[in-house]
Amino acid sequence: MSFDMETQYLGLQLRNPVTVAACPLSGEVAKLLELQAAGAAAVVLPSLFEEQIEHDELEVARMLDLWALSSPESPGYFPELDNYNTGPEEYLDLIREAKQSLEIPVIASLNGCSPGGWVKYAGLIERAEADALELNIYHLPTRCSESGAEVEQRYCELVGSIKQNVDLPVSVKIGPYFSSIPGMAGKLAATGADGLVCFNRFLAPDVDLQNLNYEPALEFSTSSELRHALRWIAILRDQLELSLAANGGVHTSADLIKALLAGADVVALASALLQHGPHRIAELIQGLNAWGEEHEYESVQQMRGSLSLNRCPNPDDLKRANYMRALVSHTPK
Amino acid sequence: MASLATVDGNEAAGRIAYAASEVIAIYPITPASPMGELSDTWACAGRENAFGLVPEVIEMQSEGGAAGALHGALQGGALATTFTASQGLLLMLPNMFKIAGELTPAVIHVAARSIATHALSIFGDHSDVMAARATGFAMLASACPQECQDLALVSHAATLRSRVPFMHFFDGFRTSHEINKIELVDNEIIRQMLNQQAIIDHRRRSLDPDHPVLRGTAQNPDVFFQAREAINPFYQAVPQIVQEEMDRLAQITGRQYRLVEYSGHPRARRVVVVMGSACGAVQEVVEKLLEEGEEVGCLQIRLFRPFAVEQFVNALPESVESIAVLDRTKEPGAVGEPLYQDVVAAIHEGWSQARPAPRIIGGRYGLSSKEFTPAMVKSIFRHLQQTEQKRHFTIGIYDDVSSTSLPWDEDDWREPEHVKSAVFYGLGSDGTVGANKNSVKIVGEETDLHAQGYFVYDSKKAGAVTVSHLRFSPRPVHSAYLVRKAGFVACHQFEFMHKLPVLDVAAQGATFLLNSPHSANQVWDRLTLDVQQTIIEKKLDFYVVDAHRIAREVGLGGRINTIMQTCFFALANILPRDEAIQRIKDTIAHTYSKRGQSIVDRNFAAVEAALDHLQKVEVPQLANSQLHRQPAVSQQAPDFVQRVTGMMIAGKGDLLPVSALPVDGTFPTGTAKYEKRNIAQQIPIWDADICIECGLCALVCPHAAIRSKRYPVEALAVAPNAFPRRQANGKSAELGSALTIQVAPEDCTGCGVCVDVCPAKSKSIAKHKAINMQAKQEHLEQQKTQFDFFLGLPEVDRTSVTTNTVKGSQLLLPVFEYSGACAGCGETPYLKLLSQLFGDRALVANATGCSSIFGGNLPTTPWSVDAHGRGPAWANSLFEDNAEFGLGLRLALDVKRDRAVQLLRSMSDQVGAERVESIVGSQQYSELDYQQQRQRLDELVQVLAGAEGADVEQLRRLLNNLARRSLWIVGGDGWAYDIGYGGLDHVLASERDVNILVLDTGVYSNTGGQASKATPRAATAKFASQGKGIHRKDLGMMAVSYGHVYVAQVAIGANPAQCVRAFHEAESFPGPSLILAYSQCIAHGIDMTTGMSHQKDLVKSGFWPLYRYDPRKAEFEDHHPFHLDSHRPSIPFREVALKEARFAMLARTKPQVADRLLELAQSDIDDNWHYYEQLADIERGCADLETMRANG
Repeated sequence: MSFDMETQYLGLQLRNPVTVAACPLSGEVAKLLELQAAGAAAVVLPSLFEEQIEHDELEVARMLDLWALSSPESPGYFPELDNYNTGPEEYLDLIREAKQSLEIPVIASLNGCSPGGWVKYAGLIERAEADALELNIYHLPTRCSESGAEVEQRYCELVGSIKQNVDLPVSVKIGPYFSSIPGMAGKLAATGADGLVCFNRFLAPDVDLQNLNYEPALEFSTSSELRHALRWIAILRDQLELSLAANGGVHTSADLIKALLAGADVVALASALLQHGPHRIAELIQGLNAWGEEHEYESVQQMRGSLSLNRCPNPDDLKRANYMRALVSHTPK
Repeated sequence: MASLATVDGNEAAGRIAYAASEVIAIYPITPASPMGELSDTWACAGRENAFGLVPEVIEMQSEGGAAGALHGALQGGALATTFTASQGLLLMLPNMFKIAGELTPAVIHVAARSIATHALSIFGDHSDVMAARATGFAMLASACPQECQDLALVSHAATLRSRVPFMHFFDGFRTSHEINKIELVDNEIIRQMLNQQAIIDHRRRSLDPDHPVLRGTAQNPDVFFQAREAINPFYQAVPQIVQEEMDRLAQITGRQYRLVEYSGHPRARRVVVVMGSACGAVQEVVEKLLEEGEEVGCLQIRLFRPFAVEQFVNALPESVESIAVLDRTKEPGAVGEPLYQDVVAAIHEGWSQARPAPRIIGGRYGLSSKEFTPAMVKSIFRHLQQTEQKRHFTIGIYDDVSSTSLPWDEDDWREPEHVKSAVFYGLGSDGTVGANKNSVKIVGEETDLHAQGYFVYDSKKAGAVTVSHLRFSPRPVHSAYLVRKAGFVACHQFEFMHKLPVLDVAAQGATFLLNSPHSANQVWDRLTLDVQQTIIEKKLDFYVVDAHRIAREVGLGGRINTIMQTCFFALANILPRDEAIQRIKDTIAHTYSKRGQSIVDRNFAAVEAALDHLQKVEVPQLANSQLHRQPAVSQQAPDFVQRVTGMMIAGKGDLLPVSALPVDGTFPTGTAKYEKRNIAQQIPIWDADICIECGLCALVCPHAAIRSKRYPVEALAVAPNAFPRRQANGKSAELGSALTIQVAPEDCTGCGVCVDVCPAKSKSIAKHKAINMQAKQEHLEQQKTQFDFFLGLPEVDRTSVTTNTVKGSQLLLPVFEYSGACAGCGETPYLKLLSQLFGDRALVANATGCSSIFGGNLPTTPWSVDAHGRGPAWANSLFEDNAEFGLGLRLALDVKRDRAVQLLRSMSDQVGAERVESIVGSQQYSELDYQQQRQRLDELVQVLAGAEGADVEQLRRLLNNLARRSLWIVGGDGWAYDIGYGGLDHVLASERDVNILVLDTGVYSNTGGQASKATPRAATAKFASQGKGIHRKDLGMMAVSYGHVYVAQVAIGANPAQCVRAFHEAESFPGPSLILAYSQCIAHGIDMTTGMSHQKDLVKSGFWPLYRYDPRKAEFEDHHPFHLDSHRPSIPFREVALKEARFAMLARTKPQVADRLLELAQSDIDDNWHYYEQLADIERGCADLETMRANG
């Protein structure tokens, strides 16, 4: 009997549990087609950044205005062009084109910077007929007076307002830094989130020793990073109905299998694809299939969460945060 | 119903020219450039002409080139046009004679502008078109934007039928830039007006190998004359054809024009004859005087050439007794100006009435856009009543030299009740003009009211003040003069209240809106006494709004336009308030949607917030302010500066009498320092503890507002408290034991370039540098005191400074300071460096362009003098001839030197042969040698002290020419690459000792960023709105090909040391030198603060390789004259280019086009680099070096 790899994610039926995370590769339809051919079950497009749109619009306006109409000799210094392509249109076109070209579900990703902006762009994305929406929430508190509760409140209000305004399935890509990840996940689920992506890899800048300032630093993930997601997915799996995606650190079929066992519905790949190319997906799927068959699993459905906190044989090890000598019991329990 | 639009004269004429043409040759020149720019934009957008095709629009290298291309296109059988003004028209003259001589239908649209005489002026009068009146072109004058459109069409129609080419002209700025409501004609009407058979005939006459003809023959005395006369019937037919076309237009549109149009009393006794925009004022006065029972009239001339004698005489009432003919031009030495002469001749030839012919006098008015007002017209009509009349008068000035002027009283006129007028004071960068253009559009296009907008700018590029004059009326507005008494006055920048006479223009009981950081309760005490008094006396309705705060809060930065516009409509009562607000929002949506929804949203928010924050000020009954308006210039300024320059700075130049002005356009230098403009919000403050004394901040400062000085520490005995300095150590102590870097706080523009380049950072606070931008208000008083003291510190001994280093060069006094250039300008640092190194011995020939405007636009000049009174002698001849002009100066210097040598040698016995030879033989390439020569010459003066005789006297006057003279030919790339290239090439070939400095921005910066041959491939620019498709010209290599020319390509921000070295090498080179200096410009769309660091990236990308080609090395060193100073390209061009909006915009708008062009641009760079690398290896000689040395 063959191993059934189908899975469900955000209410979407997927042919296997390997999806493509928002990354530069998913921004071009040609690449998306390659990824689909390699076996990807769904793709998340790169994020539409509200801040970027506003920045671009302001830059265009500033450039056209800054020196305009200040000299008798020149009404301005740039030719007025037909269209500056500043708005979200380019992104919405990408959604529409991806939807037309692909058979697998297309998930849009959004990073807003104002409450109105999130809702507005979510609506536009829905109208462009994306299959689902991933919210790439990135709030970096910098004031000591800002409490965790305020941050959580902000996340929940945001998700709530989007769920009220669009009918799309919505997943939230959260960071690993909450006082209580299960608490936060529970609140998001209660607010209506359909899925969680664990976790967003926040890229911290590096110090440039030459210029003595910070510079953006982009590094690929490694398999060891996955362990973070494994633990929290295993902990959340038993308590929440919503979809769970493991993101960050899935590079090998072993990583994929681990994520599924912990309770992920899907994994999302980015670094692995950027490093090795789309064919990596096929290798992962092949590996999963071989492992499933070898270990006589019927389906992904069956193995999914079999190592969750409640179902694993050693939950204490999962819960332990620091290394300590193994506690040996000498008496029967 | 015809569609209505509010457009300016340029657009009105440009639309027709575009629709009626197949080939359009363009070249930028103020104020005609917008017609070319619109044509290029429309063609790029695929807009069709009246024949359903997109015209070929091509930019040429000069107006001469445009006229040549026009001539060719016409001979090739195309319908062709061009646009120009002023010197541009002069460059077209030879072709115009040809085009007319060959009876070729064509139209040139001219935004008429002054011709440069004693000075350049970009403003309007008829001196250019009048200089072209002998060409054989018919001349049709439009008086307002509506006529610009209609008579443009009549010109295109009439030229086809008559075969006589037309010059259609209108007043530069006053009409070309006035926006007014007009009824548009569409392509269908244009097609109807253009005679199809005439087009076929035109094509039939074209050069065609299937029907070959010969045209452009050389003729001999036997036939030339007769052939010239053969043309007469065509000219005789023109008036009737033009009238017929005018009549046809009237049938279609209902607007009837006549060749000469009389309006006024049917039995008028006094008539003013006038042409162009001044008709508006004359007709208004005539209307008013008729109401008062006076018998006056106005005769408007539309067709000036061929002069329609019959129609002219017939149009005059036979009752006329005296005529004043007004000319907007001056022909020194002529009996009278052209229109006057034609009127006199026409009356002489055509007057057949029973009554005696009228008395005719001629008046000049309105030169260089001098105001021409109804009050002046009244004065003219009054003068016509007098028995004693000035046969040739002027109006609008006070001529106390030749007593030509008529007196007039501005209070003698009140604008009609039906006109609502408003005046707005703003800054160029705050969007005031844009908002007012919008307001005119809103009223003009959305309501039944007529609207007029006219905008006045000052000549500074940084911190330019704009004044907008708006009129609204139920009747068409033809008042082509500034608003004198406004019912609404707005001041968009609070600090103007302390500098400018903002409320002079307010009518009694007017509404006054002030953008104020102070609330209604607090603002009164912040006003100066005179402002308080005016508000009380004129009973002004006074409102404030804190527009800057609102703009910041809604995310619009410094753009206060929407807020102020909203307040204007809320207060001015032109439209019902709600309707006005809705229309503002509609306009915002329309205008800004292309730029993005967030811009629209923020402007909407600004509208709402403006209404919420508009406050009425309760005006106290008493003026009691302790504040007073700042004087225009300090009382320490020289007499001329106080008397003349100061008036211009204060905006009162109109009041200066003729006697106050120099007769020949000669002005003192060193005047910018008296114009304290105080435009920076933040200024750099020096931290002596951190400074590493590199000199970069002073080097890059575009306004010489950062100075470094080394001096003996003893000089600080009387220093103000806490005067910052660094104690010298080691070798530098020889130059002076202390060093101070000081900002000129009132001259700094706040660009921040100095801070950007400062390499010294605090060890404990990484963001704190040795120089930091800080709020000016907190430092102003202290920095002023420090700067005054700093100026008095002794200058360094020039001979002890290593001037060929960055650090050394920056210890030298700049004699180019505080120009009006843009904040962060990339050109000025080079000029300042030049002035530091060679200013005391330099002559500068400056091509027209940015550098001539910030260098020589009155009221002041940045070119200055040192303590000995020596400094650059500066002149601007023209745009196209600068290299030749500079060469002429060189020749004159050489002649004077040779004569001095000759005289000196002849006195060898008297002064000593050794002395003679040491003076004559001195090369003066080093500072020491130069100063020693100065000393030798001083000694010579002593030796000659008692001597007498003509030769001695001559020598005394010439001997300064034995000190080295450094001749600099300066200009931009528009000059060097395009219009002046022929001359530049000739001068390079001349082997004369000239230094050519090209301030290469890669665009025509001064006229607003049109593409030149230096524009990089893939950049958008005006005239290249789809991205420049062809690669940049390599001017440096063209010069290198001569072998005897010193050539350097430099970028002061990328490699300052190489730049300083190149200046020295170029100057000391005995033959021609060419320095191509990369200059960032606002037209690039970069953050000007980081312009210098951006240069580094450009050099790293290989876009601007640094090199020096020194023919001296060819002969005397290793035979490798070409030295590459920059490294192999290390970053892709695309990466650097996209940091500039001119590239990034194309990548946004047309990504595929941008990709292709950027790839080609990269190939250009790769290929160039490969070529340069090979050049660096080649060995080459220079046979001319000896000759050049001997000449030098």
